Amino acid sequence: MEALFAGIIASLTGCGVYLALRAYTFPVVLGLTLLSYGVNLFLFATGRLTVGQPAVISDTAAGYADPLPQALVLTAIVIAFGMTAFVIMLALKAKAELGNDHVDGRPPDNPRDEWEQDRADGWANDREDEA
Amino acid sequence: MSQAVIVPLLLPLLAAIVLLLTRRRLSLALRRKLNLGAVALELAAVLWLFVQVAGEGILVYQVGNWPAPYGIALVADRLSVWMLLITALLACFALLYAVQGTDSGSRHFHPLFQLQLFGLNGAFLTGDLFNLFVFFEVLLLASYGLLLHGGGRARVRAGLHLVILNLLGSTLFLFAVGTLYAILGTLNMADLAVKVAATAPSDVGLVRAAGLLLFTVFALKAALVPLYLWLPAAYAGTSAPVAALFAIMTKVGAYAILRVETLIFGADAGPLAHLLEPFLLPLALLTIVVAGLGVLSADGLRRQAAYLVVLSIGTLLTAFALGTSRGIAAGLYYLPHSTFAAAALFLLADVIARGRGALGDRLNPGPAVPAAPLVGGLFFLLAVTIAGLPPLSGFLGKWMLLQAALDLPAMPWVLALVLSVGLLTIVALARSGSLLFYRPTGGLRGWASAATVSDLAPAVAGEEGARQGGAGDRCVVGGREEHAGPDWSRLAPVMGLAALCLALVAAAGPVTDFTAATAEGLLQPQRYIQAVLVGAAET
Repeated sequence: MEALFAGIIASLTGCGVYLALRAYTFPVVLGLTLLSYGVNLFLFATGRLTVGQPAVISDTAAGYADPLPQALVLTAIVIAFGMTAFVIMLALKAKAELGNDHVDGRPPDNPRDEWEQDRADGWANDREDEA
Repeated sequence: MSQAVIVPLLLPLLAAIVLLLTRRRLSLALRRKLNLGAVALELAAVLWLFVQVAGEGILVYQVGNWPAPYGIALVADRLSVWMLLITALLACFALLYAVQGTDSGSRHFHPLFQLQLFGLNGAFLTGDLFNLFVFFEVLLLASYGLLLHGGGRARVRAGLHLVILNLLGSTLFLFAVGTLYAILGTLNMADLAVKVAATAPSDVGLVRAAGLLLFTVFALKAALVPLYLWLPAAYAGTSAPVAALFAIMTKVGAYAILRVETLIFGADAGPLAHLLEPFLLPLALLTIVVAGLGVLSADGLRRQAAYLVVLSIGTLLTAFALGTSRGIAAGLYYLPHSTFAAAALFLLADVIARGRGALGDRLNPGPAVPAAPLVGGLFFLLAVTIAGLPPLSGFLGKWMLLQAALDLPAMPWVLALVLSVGLLTIVALARSGSLLFYRPTGGLRGWASAATVSDLAPAVAGEEGARQGGAGDRCVVGGREEHAGPDWSRLAPVMGLAALCLALVAAAGPVTDFTAATAEGLLQPQRYIQAVLVGAAET
């Protein structure tokens, strides 16, 4: 079971890292999601893998499952869920504002000077949004 | 009075909830007053906690009265309250600037501001590694909202990088926390410190890996080379009061590095003692060099200020990396100075950019800034402070740092790099100052030039008008008040932050006494461990 579990974590993390290094926001978001799955499973396993063990004290139990990692995983899942939702919204906003979904905000075949472009829109930013 | 420890957490959380619930009901003017009142109250609470901790020593609050290491402990030691005090002071001035108009774009600015403070205070107070992760996420999520506040392409682009990098950082943090828990069976930092010292030889490698993963995460938050690339665009692109508040954000990473290095991987940690030492000093010195080049090459004042933030992190971590109590004390003196000065520079850059119309903060010759003598004088004062020229606080901080480095083997590197990059900073700031203030084109001065600018760039004037309309009411461009004199309401927070830097010089004696005692306390983690674990058993 340990080998299977470790293999799953490794493949999730590996795919996650690969996708997070892609140049467009959609694969990157997918990669971040896979990474958070991987790390949640990993956290879950830090209490050691046990099957059918109670987490609460019982007279007949041979051993116990560690409840703390489960609490940690719950917290981590909630946080990862919120963050994923946020990053998806941000990616959509970036697509709408910048006109493409490249992580740098400009497609690689159109190497406009980022700094110049920022300066060009730059100063009136607040106003655009308020309007 | 250990309940006092949780007050700096509850106040911003409550204020954020109130401000969120009233975002549609109350007028912006009233919510501004509410938020300012809350920040002032937080400052008072932090001051109270500060006095208590300085007098009585470490205060521990066990949340829910679960004794450590089973529950979550909130620990206020001297380092924590020092950071809290800096945060609270900075927040006051950043908010004072924000209520001049920055906050009118979205209803969520005020709740996010308070949540950011909640996250910051929590990160400084918590004594639990997983809880530190949670507070990091709180402050990061609030900071994403604040960073994007106002919108615009530059902010979205920088925000995307910041968010994705920090999400990766969070994943690494969880891997590190999980590894530490799997091997040592605890996440309470004081308990970790005890258990790390007794790591089985076969597990030393794993704990070392986890510790270094933690260091990587904190280095990302602190913007240490090579993980600093997200910072310049994010800080230069966002609105001025947010950038000013973010001056403390990188210091959270530095705080976490200092805490973990002295407490968990301190001198008593057996085979894992001084885990970060071989990496910290070279990376910090490299950060100084890279940031110095960035300061020199920046073509906008805000970008320059952002690189100055990176530079201050390099200097700060150099001081912490020396590992001696004098080095850490110097760093703790340098920390508030660099935070306040960088924040003031961000705010001043915004004032200057407003005065120059379409040119903004770009370092090109342009029309004279309104009230140039006053604004220029403030810029000069801040530049002297940041560059570390005598007699201001930057000089004292660097002087103590160099003195602490004198009898260490790394002395030549520290002295050479800190001093030569200091020279680069002087050159860069002198160039910026002379471009902005000594070479106005067009020969116009005072409000006459401001009027010309508004003719050239009605869009900017319109923004100004919209801002001056106060509670979201828009003014037409023609109805804009011509202000020939200095923009006092915006300059006051800048002056306040500059005054704090001057106060650091005037009160250098008591402050250095405090930082020296703090550094001594950090290098004797037994007291912290005892306060958390033994003090917990008594209650």
